[in-house]
Amino acid sequence: MTIRIGGGAGFLGDNLDAPRELAERGELNYLTLEYLAELTLSILARQKEKDPTKGFAADLIPVTESLVPIFQQQTDLRLISNGGGMNPAAAAQAVAAVIAPSLPQKKIAVVTGDDLYPHLENFLKQGNRFEHFETGEPLVEALFRKELLPKRVEQSSDRLGDCLLPVVSANAYLGAEPICKSLGEGAEIVLTGRGSDAALTVGPALHEFGWSLTDYDKIAAATVAGHLIECGAQATGAYTTSWQNVDLAEVGYPIAQLDAAGALVLTKPEGTGGVVNRRTVIEQLVYEIGDPSLYFTPDVTVDFTTINVDEIGPDRVALTGLTGSSPPETYKVSLAYRNGFTTSSQLLVYGSDCIDKARACSEIVFDRLAKIGLKYDRKNVELLGLGQGVVGVNEATSANEVVLRISVADKSRDKVVRFTQEIAPLITSGPAGLAGYAVARSPVRPVFAYWPTTISRELLSSEVVVKPAASWR
Amino acid sequence: MPTKISELATARSGDKGNHANIGVVAHNEHSYAILKKWLTSEVVAEYFRSLGATEVRRYELPRVQSLNFVLYNSLGGGASESLRIDTQGKLLATALLEQELPE
Repeated sequence: MTIRIGGGAGFLGDNLDAPRELAERGELNYLTLEYLAELTLSILARQKEKDPTKGFAADLIPVTESLVPIFQQQTDLRLISNGGGMNPAAAAQAVAAVIAPSLPQKKIAVVTGDDLYPHLENFLKQGNRFEHFETGEPLVEALFRKELLPKRVEQSSDRLGDCLLPVVSANAYLGAEPICKSLGEGAEIVLTGRGSDAALTVGPALHEFGWSLTDYDKIAAATVAGHLIECGAQATGAYTTSWQNVDLAEVGYPIAQLDAAGALVLTKPEGTGGVVNRRTVIEQLVYEIGDPSLYFTPDVTVDFTTINVDEIGPDRVALTGLTGSSPPETYKVSLAYRNGFTTSSQLLVYGSDCIDKARACSEIVFDRLAKIGLKYDRKNVELLGLGQGVVGVNEATSANEVVLRISVADKSRDKVVRFTQEIAPLITSGPAGLAGYAVARSPVRPVFAYWPTTISRELLSSEVVVKPAASWR
Repeated sequence: MPTKISELATARSGDKGNHANIGVVAHNEHSYAILKKWLTSEVVAEYFRSLGATEVRRYELPRVQSLNFVLYNSLGGGASESLRIDTQGKLLATALLEQELPE
């Protein structure tokens, strides 16, 4: 028996039609939708703070709506997504509202337990220091060093919890077990918060094939499948530096085909654009990895260096030599804290003198701000059009126009707002040859700093709730 | 004519926090051998010196004729904190492919 698992979304904001098109043509058993990047949860946490019915991937709703007719035809198709974000129960209610009128009995599962935020103070009091994953620095020390805490607080103080005020979210990367459990309880739609991206694929494989949690080579195969499809069309010919001969307008999203022995084939729906060949698969294999011999997930540590990639047919690529070993002893945690505010403003600067003129404009802005006493924690000036997207590499020294992009960051929101008010005046009080000011002042957004850390597995427990759509409303 | 890396390989880059990685996928065994010999972590570190990486490490994946470069602390703070237009290192692969091999 083989199962086919599709990757219908690679991030929150991906193509809204892709999941439906993939499900229509993919002959899928499972459709996965991956919506959480490293900092997505901090953004969703803020949404939930403002409105307790939000905080999940809003794209889930139009996507689910588009899938209703497919669920009616393909009754065995199951949907698995981490789009529950910071609020999987609210996601289930919103999804149920869309599904229940036509499919009241569709079983929706919610997986929780990744959200550590409510427990952080307790963990801190128990002596957990949330050391940085790489540098080992304790979280509270870093917050103090960055002047985000007014003063040090003793471990014994009952004000210890105040140290966590800048923290906006903290989520553990759960593994595939709770997803497998949900499916075992009959779930047809599984909504989770933070888990490893690969868990969306490993969960169904564990459920279908009944692998033991120590069948590391097989779990490695499912993990690599998940790694390959988690970024959507990046596995099927998109995001390639060799883009010239690929039809990307009609790009088909990826399908991983797995069997009980852990044999893995990557493909895409017939008749779609894009391409699946040895190169597109290898390009995604090496995407966002560190040491390829140690690819860590909560379920397994995979060795990518033993993998062979071979074309076995049109748009069909087999991966063999998949090997894994035991996973890390701790869960990885993605924590985010508020670190001030930022904005970026842009202006088009035209003319053969545009480079000098753009630099002069930026100096005028900062001189004017300095005159009213404003200096910024951080600033950056880019002249786009010269190759400064990668600063200092292959930069051009002349151009007929450049986009001046000025960015600032500061603890004070007011200071950042004041900066945004200083751009448009350049039109009448700066040099000639400027355009693009007619848009609104650039938006000021909070900065969420990323703090990867770990937590011992014993401190966490995941929970699964499965109910028919009609009962979630 | 000097050879550009793009004649020997494709590439893909992305982020992990404040670190960037660039996967370089050679067209074939011959290209891989050339790149393995010549495209060292030192060469890549020098090419991207202006990004301020604290370390560049190279990993080999010989079965898929690929090299993986990790550029530590090279993203100006990473996805949320960086003030650069390329907060996530998405452009680095394209930039690396334009590097020329010594003749």
